[in-house]
Amino acid sequence: MKWGVVRFPGSLDDGDSLYAIADVMGQDARMLWHKDESLGGVECVLLPGGFSYGDYLRTGAIARFSPIMKSVAKFAADGGLVIGICNGFQILCEAHLLPGALTRNRSLSFICERVWLRVENASTPFTRAAKQGDLLRLPIKHGEGLYVAPEDEIRQMEERGQVILRYVDAGGRESDAANPNGSMRAIAGVANQRFNVFGLMPHPEHAVEAMLGGVDGLKIFQSIAGSAR
Amino acid sequence: MSERPVSLPGEPKVDLEQARAHGLAPDEYRKIEQIIGRTPTYTELGVFSVMWSEHCSYKSSRRHLRKLPSKSELVVQGPGENAGAIDVGDGWAAVFKIESHNHPSFVEPYQGAATGVGGILRDIFTMGARPVASMNSLKFGSFEHPRTRYLLGGVVGGIGGYGNCVGVPTVAGEVMFDAAYNANILVNAFCLGLVRKGEMMSAKARGPGNPVLYVGSATGRDGIHGASMASAEFDKQSEAKRPAVQVGDPFTEKLLIEACLEAGKTGAIVAIQDMGAAGLTSSSSEMPSHGGLGIELDLDKVPLREAGLTPYEILLSESQERMLIVAERGREAELQAVFEKWDLHAVVIGRLTDDQRWRMRWRGQVVADIPIGALADDAPLYDRPAAAPKIQPPAKRCAAGKHPETAKALRALLDSPNIASKKWVYRQYDSIVQSNTVLGPGSDAAVLRIKNSRRAIALKVDSNPRACALDPYLGAVGTVCEAARNVACAGARPVGITNCLNYGNPERPEVMWQFIRGVEGLRDASIAFGAPVVSGNVSFYNETEGHPIPPTPTIAVLGVMADVSKHVAQFFKDPGDAIALVRTARPSLAASEYAAIFGIDGGRLVAIDLAREAALIEGLVEGAEQGLIRSAHDVAEGGLAVALAEACFNPRSILGAEVELGRAGNADAVDFFGEGASTVVLSIAQRDAARVESLFAGRGLEFAVIGRVIADPRLRIAAAAGLDEDVAELRQVYEDAIPRRLRGGD
Repeated sequence: MKWGVVRFPGSLDDGDSLYAIADVMGQDARMLWHKDESLGGVECVLLPGGFSYGDYLRTGAIARFSPIMKSVAKFAADGGLVIGICNGFQILCEAHLLPGALTRNRSLSFICERVWLRVENASTPFTRAAKQGDLLRLPIKHGEGLYVAPEDEIRQMEERGQVILRYVDAGGRESDAANPNGSMRAIAGVANQRFNVFGLMPHPEHAVEAMLGGVDGLKIFQSIAGSAR
Repeated sequence: MSERPVSLPGEPKVDLEQARAHGLAPDEYRKIEQIIGRTPTYTELGVFSVMWSEHCSYKSSRRHLRKLPSKSELVVQGPGENAGAIDVGDGWAAVFKIESHNHPSFVEPYQGAATGVGGILRDIFTMGARPVASMNSLKFGSFEHPRTRYLLGGVVGGIGGYGNCVGVPTVAGEVMFDAAYNANILVNAFCLGLVRKGEMMSAKARGPGNPVLYVGSATGRDGIHGASMASAEFDKQSEAKRPAVQVGDPFTEKLLIEACLEAGKTGAIVAIQDMGAAGLTSSSSEMPSHGGLGIELDLDKVPLREAGLTPYEILLSESQERMLIVAERGREAELQAVFEKWDLHAVVIGRLTDDQRWRMRWRGQVVADIPIGALADDAPLYDRPAAAPKIQPPAKRCAAGKHPETAKALRALLDSPNIASKKWVYRQYDSIVQSNTVLGPGSDAAVLRIKNSRRAIALKVDSNPRACALDPYLGAVGTVCEAARNVACAGARPVGITNCLNYGNPERPEVMWQFIRGVEGLRDASIAFGAPVVSGNVSFYNETEGHPIPPTPTIAVLGVMADVSKHVAQFFKDPGDAIALVRTARPSLAASEYAAIFGIDGGRLVAIDLAREAALIEGLVEGAEQGLIRSAHDVAEGGLAVALAEACFNPRSILGAEVELGRAGNADAVDFFGEGASTVVLSIAQRDAARVESLFAGRGLEFAVIGRVIADPRLRIAAAAGLDEDVAELRQVYEDAIPRRLRGGD
């Protein structure tokens, strides 16, 4: 599978994402530049974590207007696979490629730690290597990861299976204490209605080597790699 | 022919009084007049005042810093550049340095700390190295002081706000609270970068006629006289110095990192330097001066954030995220293309000359023309008088102090913000970006792997102001030992040191004496470990209204291990493993957290035997290399009992320990809570106990198996005054101590 990782000014986990996909997984991956419009024929676009354009307005609010995002929107409309991690998730929400929005953490501070996630829907191109109910141990690191959307919309998303990952405790249970940022319904990752666009706050690219604390992130990348059209 | 510099309309008159207001001594002012052969212009006076400030010139410290060893076969770059560098193997050089941002952080904690991080990052990538890790050492006043929470929140927020946004992980640090810092906090920021050996960039300019490029953010009015602020004591008016604190823009810094590293690859850069303290003035005078050249700049070309800045302001501004580059003549456009790609300014503002003059033009006139050496390498140098205080600071003698019950004391120590978990702090820092963090915050030392290599780097920053207050020499020696021991506990051999020397007003003989003794301690420990001091920073004038801080040399040690898979963490791993103690001496309660909390007279500091200390480090490294050590934890604040508890707090699964202390069970508070003796708690597989014993006992060190790791999460110390505590409860105390205080529940 051919992957493209978009580098915006202020992207930080772009190199780590490329490293996870190309060096650890041995996939064909390349960097894409925000000022370009071409996606270079890739089959999956990854929008990485970071602070694109400094995130001085709202997170992701400026990145969505960059030239490459026009192409990403078209690519998604054509059914191409798009995954947004952290700031990438924020950008996808700002670009209306995903429902909802990400706001300031409940604690009002940045949080970097490993959390437990429960796979809520394992029949998507992003989670098919996992089983429903599987627990993943992934790091989060963000200041604005509190997921919000209108109640009605969340209910519909849940019915359609668009809620892909939820924050839970080590036993797989939802609880206030296990919800690190105060997200509505402990939502950590969502997909669009077509299930070809996926956004998540946790960082699978930072959980691909046992030496660095775990390999659960591979499940996400393996799912995508196995979903090549 | 040289034009005479002009004073500009509206500028204040320059005289002795004006010089004094700029922080220059009368002798210094007369020396300026002598050097330039006339009365300086107002612009020139400002320039001299910052370049001759303590902060920029090291005029009180330089002659003593020369005593520090700076050579070894691994040193790639010693002092003299923006940062030092050590060969860490496989073609990589580690570039690192620690620097203070104390004064700005006290005045404006968020921006002060943020720009401290930004400044040290620039010192690293200006060397051509990609910044790969940050650490910090923070000293606040007592938790009960009304300003402490505000300063803690601001400083931690600033470090996170900047560090998280530039993609450099913050992997380790230390935080201490003590009333001695109520009115003068310390914020010391460390950065490590990696560069291929042979691709390092320099700040030494060469080639008269070569163009000088200004790159990065535009210049504003912020930070004017920041360097002077850092060279004076604090008083009641210090709050009003807020405008002298710079404002950081980490997004631009991130672009600047990428652009500078990319520009470095073109080979068109001759020299590059950060516009740090004293901004354009220091960078434009130091680079040519190091190369024996002069410079001429056209200040009209400097990108400005607002109209109407005077030459004085342009030259003294400490606006952040700016660099000065000397390019190969004819290759300016190549560099400009790179900066344009990253949407950054890159403007040719002048050129190098061969006349060794520092000449500034503005609106067609010369506004400053100074022999360049006078600004940089030939600034005044002082041999300030030093004298030991007549009365040695008394060990805190508190008649009311009583030894509490052991279990109660342990809980009180785990609840002390100085010992308690700093998770509240480091949870706010991205510690994993760049995918190299093998061991992050929360263990003795951080461990970073080097990609495409088996090698790894270990890092630790330490300080021990209470010991330094009792004996500035022994305290400094002990600080280096502690940092080196922590690195060795992780399995790495200490190979390099950087230091940030925080002291009071050097014009006081007793402060100067503390400083000199501190440097001597650093020197002796550095020699003992064969780990040279390759970079550093001195921060004087850390005092407010006549009360200096305790001497606080902050030491960061860099260690290298050949095989990252052999690294060791501080946590017990498996039930049944033997717990062993290795140490160089019996501890004492002097300068201990226990003595501070319970008001006990701690007595004298433990004497340090550097040969035994080096043997301990050698034993730890060898044990790790042979895979014999399952965990290693340095006994620091709170002594052995706290170290044992911390080793049980394995984040994966909490464990217990059963140990016996003291012959005939007569262990006392010194055994439980004493500090200062270089001591390490090890856990080892039972079958390896004899081999590990020979590693240490064979080197003449005290070694004893004192117990074993147990699955039952209880900490049991058998002794007449022993204890049997629930580890989960202890961890709760340890983890909640700082959050509880911040919630106001205390």
